[in-house]
Order: sequence, then C-alpha cells, then structure tokens
Amino acid sequence: MNVRSQIAMVFHLDKCIGCHTCSIACKNIWTDRKGAEYMWWNNVETKPGTGYPTKWENQEIYKGGWEKNGDTVSLKGTGKFKGLKNIFHNPYMPVLDDYYEPWTYKYQDLFTAPEGDDQPTARPVSLVTGETIEVKSGPNWDDDMGGSPDFARQDVNLEKLSPAEREAMFQLERMTFHYLPRICNHCLNPACVASCPSGALYKRGEDGVVLINQERCRAWRMCVTACPYKKSYYNWHTGKSEKCVLCYPRLESGQAPACFHSCVGRIRYLGVLLYDADKIERIASATDENLVEAQLEIYLDPFDPEVIKQAALNGIAMSTIEAAQKSPVYKFLKVWKLALPLHPEFRTLPNLFYVPALLPGMANVQNGIYNTTSKSLWHGIDATRLPIKYLASLFSAGNTDKIVEVLKRLMAVRMHRRGETVGDLSKEEISAAMHEINLNGKTADEIFRLTSLATFDERFVIPPAHREESIEMLENTADVKGNTGFGFKERPARGL
Amino acid sequence: MLNQLLFIALPYVALATFLVGSIYRYLYKGFKVSSLSSQFLEGRTLFFGSQPFHWGLFFLFFGHLIAFLFPSTLIAWNGHTVRLLIIECASFAFGISALWGLLALVTRRLTNKRVQMVTNKMDVVVYLVLFIQIVSGLCVAYFNRWGSNWFAAFLTPYLRSIFVFDPQIDAISTVNSVWLKIHVVSAFSIIAIIPFTRFVHFLVYPVDYLWRSYQQVIWNWDRRSIRTSRAHSYGKKSLNN
Ligand code: HEM
Ligand code: SF4
Repeated sequence: MNVRSQIAMVFHLDKCIGCHTCSIACKNIWTDRKGAEYMWWNNVETKPGTGYPTKWENQEIYKGGWEKNGDTVSLKGTGKFKGLKNIFHNPYMPVLDDYYEPWTYKYQDLFTAPEGDDQPTARPVSLVTGETIEVKSGPNWDDDMGGSPDFARQDVNLEKLSPAEREAMFQLERMTFHYLPRICNHCLNPACVASCPSGALYKRGEDGVVLINQERCRAWRMCVTACPYKKSYYNWHTGKSEKCVLCYPRLESGQAPACFHSCVGRIRYLGVLLYDADKIERIASATDENLVEAQLEIYLDPFDPEVIKQAALNGIAMSTIEAAQKSPVYKFLKVWKLALPLHPEFRTLPNLFYVPALLPGMANVQNGIYNTTSKSLWHGIDATRLPIKYLASLFSAGNTDKIVEVLKRLMAVRMHRRGETVGDLSKEEISAAMHEINLNGKTADEIFRLTSLATFDERFVIPPAHREESIEMLENTADVKGNTGFGFKERPARGL
Repeated sequence: MLNQLLFIALPYVALATFLVGSIYRYLYKGFKVSSLSSQFLEGRTLFFGSQPFHWGLFFLFFGHLIAFLFPSTLIAWNGHTVRLLIIECASFAFGISALWGLLALVTRRLTNKRVQMVTNKMDVVVYLVLFIQIVSGLCVAYFNRWGSNWFAAFLTPYLRSIFVFDPQIDAISTVNSVWLKIHVVSAFSIIAIIPFTRFVHFLVYPVDYLWRSYQQVIWNWDRRSIRTSRAHSYGKKSLNN
C-alpha cells in the first residue's frame, strides 16, 4: 500500500442553476490576460450539447486520454513515439476556432461617434487581431439549447442511443437539459502529465494538484491533445500551456478555490481522499463496465487503522488524515455512493465526481394525447427525461446499472424527506423505496443535510497547509525576500 | 584578411556567443525558452510548412554530422557510385523539402493575420538566414556536385581545425565556389544568433522523454528539505503539509 493524499471534488448537478458565476470568478482571478482570454478553466455546459471546445468528448477527433491495452493503458494520441513523431505539427490539436475567437467591444465609439440619425454602436473586435469581427460562437454558445439541432443533437453521447430513443428524447414534451460545470479533474492517472515531452507537467505530491511548470513548458503542446477533458490550454501569446491550478494559493491558506467559494447553487464540495498509488495502473485498465466500481476501490477508508498507519509512514500529516475523515467527498463517493466520475472511459481516474441530476419524467405523448398521469407524486426513475443510457454514457462508461442505482438513492432520499415534511406519500411506498437500496432514515437525513443545508465548513474541508509555511512549498522564501508577491518574474513577451 | 575574418574570427565569435548566450538564456531567461508554436492560431497550412521543413532539416543535420564525425567511413561508403548517387539525391531532396517548407511557412505568416500577431522582428531575421542557408546549400549541391565525398575530405579538416584551436583556412579560402563560402558563413551566423531567436527550441529537444517514466509526482516539501518539524505526524518527516 502506497498511500497518498488527494484533494477531490463533488459537484451536485441537481443544484446547478447554470449561472456561470464560477466561470467568472475564475476568469477574473486567473485568465483575464493576453493570450488567455479564450480560456475557461472553469466552464459550464448545457447537456445535451456539444460543449467547449466543440465536441471535446469525441476522442475520434481529439485523441485524448488513455486506451486499454491488455493489462495496462497507453496514451491514445500522444506518448513517447506518437508525441515525438508529431512534435513539428500536432494533428489532433484543437485550434482557436474550435473554442471561439475572444472579443471585446469598441466602447469608445459610443462616446466619440459624430452626431447623426442613428444610435452609435459598439462593434465587436477580436482580442487576437484587433479587427472587427462577426461573433459566431462563444464559450457557452449552447447555453440552455437542450433541444437544438446544432448543439443538442450533435452531442457525442447520443451515439449510444438508438435512433428511436434519440427521437423520443427530443419530443417537445420531454425535452430537457441539465448543466455540467467542468474544471480540471486533477486526475490520478493524468494523461497531460504523461504526454508532456519536457516533463513540465507534474502532480503535486502533497495534495494531488496537477500543475504546469511555466519555465519548463516548451510549447510542444501535447498536453492539449492528451487531456480528454480539454482542460489544458495553450496560451498563444506567451507560448506556454496553462491549466486550472485548483486555486492552490487559496487552498494553502485554507480557502476554497474561487469557483467553489463563489458557487451560488452551492453545488460544490471539496475534501481529501486517501488513495493507494500502487493500484493506479491496474485500475486504469479495468474493463469498461467495471471502471466506476474499480475506481472506488482505489480510495481508502480514512478510519481504517492500517490505512492511517501506512499514510503516516508515507509522511501524510495527521491534520490531513483528520481532514480525510471529515471529507464530504468521501461521504458522497464511498459511503453514500451518490457520485460518479465524468467519462471514466478516458481512464485518467478523474477526481471530480458528479451527483447526476434526477430529472424526473414529466409527460409523454401517446397516440397524440398528452399524458401527465403518474401513479405516484413522482414518476419512477425508469421514466426519467434523459434516457438512462445517455447518463450512462456521461458518467459510467455505459454501465446503466450504476446510474439506476444512484438515481434510486436520490429518489429515496427525496421521498423520505417528503414523508417527513409534507407527509402525503404512503408509508409503504417510502419504505419500499428505502428498503430497495438499503437506506435508513438517519442516513437519508444526513444526505439531505449535506445536500441542502451544509455550511461552508461542511462543504469545504481543506487540510491545513500550515499557512505560516505554505509559501515554502513553492519557493525558498529567503531567496525572494523583498520581491513582489504577484505578477511575472519576467515579462511574458514572445521571443526576445 | 577578409578570409581570416570570415573563416577564423566569425566562427570563434559565433561559437562563443552561442555557448555563453544559450547558457545564460537557459538559466536566467528560462521562461522564454519555447518553440513559440503558432499552431493554435492556424493549424492547417502549418502542416504543409512545418513538416517538410523540419524533417528536411532533421536529415540534413544528421548528414552533416556524420560527415563531420566519421569522414573516412562516409568516403568508404561512397566508394560505390550507386551509393554515392543515392546519398546525393536524398540530400538534395531533403534540401528541396526544407526550402519548400520554409517558403510555405513564410507565406503563411504573410497571409494569416492571426499569425502576424505573434510574429516578432527576430522571426524575420530567422527566415532570412534560413533562406540563405538552404538556397546556398542547394546551389553547392547542384554546382559543386558530389559534396558528400569532398565534404569529408575537405571541409571536415577545416571544421576540425576550428575545434582544436588550430584553424587551417587555406583550403576553404581558396575554393572557387561562392556558394560554399556563403553556406559556411551563414551557418556560423545562424549559430551566433541561436540564443537571440526562437532557434533555442531545438537545443531543448526533449530526448529524455524517451527514458523518463510517464507519470511525474513532485513533493515540494521534500525536495526543498525546508521542513524539519515532526510535530504533525509520527513516522518520518511530513511529505504532505
Ligand atoms: C529536432 C528538433 C526540433 C524540434 C522538436 C522543433 C520543433 C518545432 C516546433 C514545435 C515548432 C512550432 C511549430 C508551430 O508553430 O506549431 C517549430 C518552429 C520552427 N522551427 Fe523547429 N524544431 C526543431 C529543429 C529546428 C531546426 C534545426 C530549425 C532551424 C535551424 C528550426 C526552425 C524552426 C523555425 C524557423 C520555426 C518557425 C516556424 C513558423 O512558425 O513559421 N527548428 N519547431
Ligand atoms: S483533467 Fe486535468 S489532470 Fe486530467 S488529464 Fe486533463 S488537465 Fe490533466
């Protein structure tokens, strides 16, 4: 057993209202710079939809992530041979137009336009070339377009459905969508790290945050291809790749990352998971159906005395182990089994887990008759608006049983709470639902509490980095005494 | 006098500038050592420029290196006319490939507004010297044929004499090929400007990727050995806060 500590995350999709506050918080802190305007380390997508960059999930186009290769895994589009062969031109790299051309407006024109019969307008100008452009797409261009032909119907996950199922999904009465906020997953088996020829990317041992060393990045741009989530971005101005840093300076000082902190729907949870690094290769090469179950196995029980002993032997601080015991992520993921990884079939072992949206069925049309009747207050989960197969394509590598299991749990909690607060559901119905998935009232109440009422400190359990020393994780403080704290040590100009 | 300037002074100035400049840049301007890829702004025509250009240069570079390091082997290998012919034709083809690629890259920069936004003055210098270098090389190959034979017998001694600090320039200064002289001078100019241009990118070619392990985990605490406190855990020193 080789115990390591990882900061992991849970996003509760039922609570996401799609307001993009997280994206803006991140943009203001990290990517509001030349060359980074187009980057959204945190972005919110509408599903079904094509996402950002367009069709990022389609690895036939972008060749990201790992492929199962017998008992091990190999990189799909990069790696020692493929990477060095394609170093002069990377055939699978997304370009600016796959994201969008960033723009601003000529606001000054509003003030300086000569007097005339028309209202002055502020025309959009490209932030790359400075020329006026016609804006054709943006980072959330598919916002709320759950039924649209251009976006929703181009969703890669629909490939798993039969044409009839697909059509049913887009019936007007059933049409639906949910939001999918995404950041870097700070994976256990990061494809970006493995793909970097210069070794500029690395995983921080202390907390598992995946970072790019800006001084070692040489713009071979393999990480952009390798990350199947397209969360490593190339800064066209500095000639360096950049990615989500999980606000590590904030984490080190005990604060939640900006996107977590600002989240209006309070959908985000963050905490420590202990995992066994010896198992990474074996688990990354599990068969598709077993991937979710196998990944759960890698995370260790922080209450197990043996785990605690091994963790301490590996130099993990007691304060971190205590944080792992209080981790909301551990509860959602391992104890309650409510959270699932996004696209586990990319085999990077992501550390961001999603509680899928419940999306109860509302109505269907039979023989031209609009039918809203249901036996109970809510439809059973077999009649969910989004087909189970679709959700399985997103969250369980196609294993529908996993999705059904999670949705049943979510539904049972909801029924239990309805029983407690309103009391219009029959006792038998509730206990049948609870019994089916072995849930007792106490646990259901705990789930409810952490889902709906949890305070900041319950949602974000950040292990102390011992603030007085945290900067020393990065530099020898004596060396930089008297230097400024922020900004570039060297101006980020291209060339000399 | 001019010969001494071009074939003795220039090489030494170039090599010294290259050495000092590159080391300085690597150590103190580390952030700026990058291939400065512009593929993100324009990907399609880059393929038709960058690939033929780099692969052409790649093979030519090793060709020159072999002739420099193992001249007698090369001459022996060229003993058969067929082999000589193959080498000559292949080298010429790689030269054409590099020239084609370079022209495609220049055209791309001239025609694509986005790429122009990331073009700096040194890029123009780079294109210029590369153009001279490749064209003069092709001219030598065409007008002074069978270079793979006489290079080893004639240029290698000169280059070696530079490296052993005993420059012998008689052969090179009396040769009656302007193209060859241009080729040598521009080669040393390229070496001289390496530290000031994007040329630095081939100095950091990531060969070590071949033998390093795929995953990299770095413990900041441990590496810097800053921490001595044992207060937070029993067992060994805290790797994790
Ligand atoms: C084997 C080592 C080399 C590697 C790995 C390499 C890699 C690269 C890469 C990745 C780019 C950026 C292409 C892009 O825009 O995406 C580039 C551009 C360039 N390289 Fe190299 N290169 C190597 C050797 C050379 C050599 C020997 C020269 C010339 C003496 C050279 C000259 C250039 C030039 C002029 C460009 C700019 C192309 C343009 O954008 O117009 N490279 N190289
Ligand atoms: S999600 Fe993050 S850690 Fe995982 S491969 Fe992508 S950039 Fe790397």
